[in-house]
Amino acid sequence: MRMGMRFVRGSRAPALAALVAIAAIVAGASGSARADGDAQKGKAAFVSHGCWECHGFSGQGGETSNGKVIARTLLPLDAFVSFVRNTNGEMPPFKEAIISDAELADIYTYLQSLPQPKAARDIPLLNDRRSQ
Amino acid sequence: MAVKPSNMTLNRRKFLATAAVAGATGATTGGVLPASATEPQAPQRLPSALPPNAHVAAAETEVPNISPYSTEGRPASDFMVDVIKTLDIKYLPANPASSYRALHESLIDYGKNTMPEYLTCTHEEVAVGIAHGYYKIANKPLITVCHGTVGLMHATINIYNAFCDRVPVIVIAGNDLDAAHRAPGVPTIHSAQDINAIVREFTKWDDTPVSAQHFAQSFVRAYQMATTPPCAPVVIALDNGLAQEPIRDYGQQLYIPKFVPMAAPAGELGAVREAARLLVGAEHPVIVADRAVNTQNGIALLVQLAELLQAPVVRQRARLNFPTTHYLSRPASVIAQADVILGLELSDYWDTVNQFVDNNAEGVGTVYSRIKPGTRLISIGASQLMTKSNYQDFERFQSVDVPIAGDVEATLPSLIEAVKLALPDDRKDVIDQRGAAIRKDHESSRATTLQAAAIAWDASPISTARLCAEIYAQIKDLDWSLVPSSGNVSGWPQRLWPMEKHYHWTGTSGGYGVGWGAPASVGGALANRDDGRFSVSIQSDGDLMYAPGALWTAARHRIPLLAVMHNNRGYHQEVMHVQRLASFRDRVVSTGSDLGPIGTSIMNPDIEYHKLAQSMGWWAKGPIVDPADLGPALKEAVAVVQSGQPALLNVWSQPR
Repeated sequence: MRMGMRFVRGSRAPALAALVAIAAIVAGASGSARADGDAQKGKAAFVSHGCWECHGFSGQGGETSNGKVIARTLLPLDAFVSFVRNTNGEMPPFKEAIISDAELADIYTYLQSLPQPKAARDIPLLNDRRSQ
Repeated sequence: MAVKPSNMTLNRRKFLATAAVAGATGATTGGVLPASATEPQAPQRLPSALPPNAHVAAAETEVPNISPYSTEGRPASDFMVDVIKTLDIKYLPANPASSYRALHESLIDYGKNTMPEYLTCTHEEVAVGIAHGYYKIANKPLITVCHGTVGLMHATINIYNAFCDRVPVIVIAGNDLDAAHRAPGVPTIHSAQDINAIVREFTKWDDTPVSAQHFAQSFVRAYQMATTPPCAPVVIALDNGLAQEPIRDYGQQLYIPKFVPMAAPAGELGAVREAARLLVGAEHPVIVADRAVNTQNGIALLVQLAELLQAPVVRQRARLNFPTTHYLSRPASVIAQADVILGLELSDYWDTVNQFVDNNAEGVGTVYSRIKPGTRLISIGASQLMTKSNYQDFERFQSVDVPIAGDVEATLPSLIEAVKLALPDDRKDVIDQRGAAIRKDHESSRATTLQAAAIAWDASPISTARLCAEIYAQIKDLDWSLVPSSGNVSGWPQRLWPMEKHYHWTGTSGGYGVGWGAPASVGGALANRDDGRFSVSIQSDGDLMYAPGALWTAARHRIPLLAVMHNNRGYHQEVMHVQRLASFRDRVVSTGSDLGPIGTSIMNPDIEYHKLAQSMGWWAKGPIVDPADLGPALKEAVAVVQSGQPALLNVWSQPR
C-alpha cells in the first residue's frame, strides 16, 4: 500500500545528490582525483551492473531524466563513489552488497579511459545544417 | 453464415422496431408484451422511439441538401457506402471479416473501392494505428471496420492511444444483433448485445443503428463529433443483418444529412483578457505547449503570441507546436524562472510544474516543485470538455489560477488581440530586452547540444545522436517528414533537426501503448505520399514486434517509408525499472544470459528485422553495427524510398 509521498516545495533537485556532485566537481578541480583501477575489468563491471542502461555503453548519457554524461567524468573517485552510494535522485543508490569499492574504482578507470570526444565543430554532420 | 429464408413474414428491422416499441410500452404500462414471444406477429412499421417533436421533425425533414433516396430493394450496405462517400474519407484500413461482409462487398463493388479505398491490414491494431498516424499529417480522419467482439478487442489499444492523443478515428464495429437469425457457432460467439461497450470508456460517442436511415444520421453525427475539438474516436456498431437486407423505406424516402463542420470551442473572452493581463505584466512569462496545435496556422499563431511577449516556449511532445529553430524555443528548465506560465493543452499540467522522482523502494517517490512560490498559472485546453472516469489519462489534478476551456488554435487569435490591447508602450523595451537575453541563451545552448551529440560519435552500437545526425544528412534536401515514431532516442531529432512545418514532427502516441509506432508511421507515410513528401520513421524494436504486419500493408499498398530501426535489443524502459527496484532492495539484478534484467532483453536470438521486412516486400539491410556503414546504407535506402518502395535499415543502437 502506498503510504503517501514527501513533498518538497521550492526545491528543484534531489538535494543530496546535487550537493555531492557539486562538492565533487570542486574537489576535482583541486586535483584530488585518482584512478588506480583496471579499465578492462571496469568495462565488464559497467556492463554487468547495468550502468550502460541509463548512461549508454560509452557513458554518453541520455536526455534530461535519463542518465547524465559520465564519460571522462570530472568527479574525483571518492566523490564518484559517494554519489553512487548515496544518490537519492532518479538514479538508485548502489550499495556495497551490489557493487564493491574495487569494482567502482575499475569502472571509474574505464570511464577515464574513454576517448576524448571530438569537437563538434570538427564533425561535418554536426555543422552541415541551419542553426536551430 | 446461414441463409435466411427470403419469404419470412417478419423482417428483422420490423421485429426490432416492434421490440423497441414494446419496451417503451412496457415502461409505461407495466411491461405487458403485446405479442407472443415465440410467434411474433408481423406488425405495421412503427417508429423505433417516441415520435419526434416539431423541432426534431423539422431538422430531419427540412434541412437543405438532403437528397431523397429511392432505393427500395437495394442492399442497405449500398446506401451505407453512399453515406460514407459524402464525408470525403480517403482510405479504409481494415482486416476483412464476415461480420461486415455486406458492407465490404458494397465498398469494393458498388463503391468501386474509392473514397474510401480499402487498405488490407493484418490486424485491427494496425488499422487503427494507420488511421491515427494519417490524421496527424493530413488532419483528416480515416474510417476502419473491426470484426465483432474479437476484432474490436484487437483494436482497443490503438483506439485508446487515439483517445488519449485527441485524434479522431471513425470505427465501425461489425456485429450481428439478431440472435434468432444470425448464424450459430463462430458468428454468434463474435457478436455482442452491446458491442460498443468494449471501447465506450475511451471513445467520444457511439451508437447502434437499427435502420438504414438511422445509420445515415448516426454516421454523419459520429463524424461531426469525432472531428470537433476535443477530437476523439467514435464507434458505430454495424448490424450485419441490417447491412445485408434490402432497403425498406416504409414509405419515407431515405436521405443523407449534410455534414457541416462544427466551429471549435474557443475560450471565454473575459478569461482570455485576464490571461493576457497576467502575461503582459509578467517579468518572466513562459509558454508551455503540448497537444496544442495541429496545423501550420496554429504554429504561426503560437509564434506570433510568443514574439509579442518575447516569452520562451517549452515544447512538450504531443505535437511540434513551435519551430525548433526559433530562438524562443527553450528547454523545460526555464519553467523554474517563470512568474506566469501559460499551459496550452497540457496532457499533464501537474507534472509540468512538479517533479516526481521515482527514488525509493516503496514506489511513492518524492515530489519537488519546479516553480517558484507565487507563480501564476493559466491553462487553455479542450480536453477537460471530455473527461471520462475509468481511464486515468487526465493525470493528477493541478489547480490553475485562470483555467480556460477551449481549443487552443481557436482561442489563440483572441488571446493575441487581448495581449496587443493590454500591452502598454512602456513595457515594450523591457520585453525586447527579455527577448535579447533569450536569444543569447539559445545560441549558447545550441553549442552545448552539438557537443553533447559528439560524445560517443564513433561508438558501436551506434549512438542515438549519430543515428539521428546521419539520417538528417540524407534527407535534409528533401521535403521530409518524421512520421509518428516509437522508441526513445533522447530527443535527438528535436534537438538536431530544424523542424518548422507541422509535418516535420507530429508527436507521440498519446496513450503510450506499445504497438503504435509501426502502424502510425505507415499511416503518416500514406498521408505524405499523397502530398509527394518523403517519410522517415525511427522504429524501435519492441514496438515493431507488437504489430509487424504494418510492414506488409505498406508494401502491399506501395506506401514509401524509410524505417530506421532504433534496435537496442531490449524493452529499455523496463530494463531500467527492474534495475532500479533491485538497487533499492540491495540486490544484484539477475540478467541470465542477457545484458539486461531477465525478461527485459530482446536478444538470444537477435531478431533480424531486415529479414522480417524483406519477407514482407520491403527493401532492407542490416544489422548495421559500425557507424561508418550507416551513412552509405542510408543513402541507398533513401533512393529506394524515392522510387516509391518502403525501405528498412536494421541499426544496432545504444540504449537511449
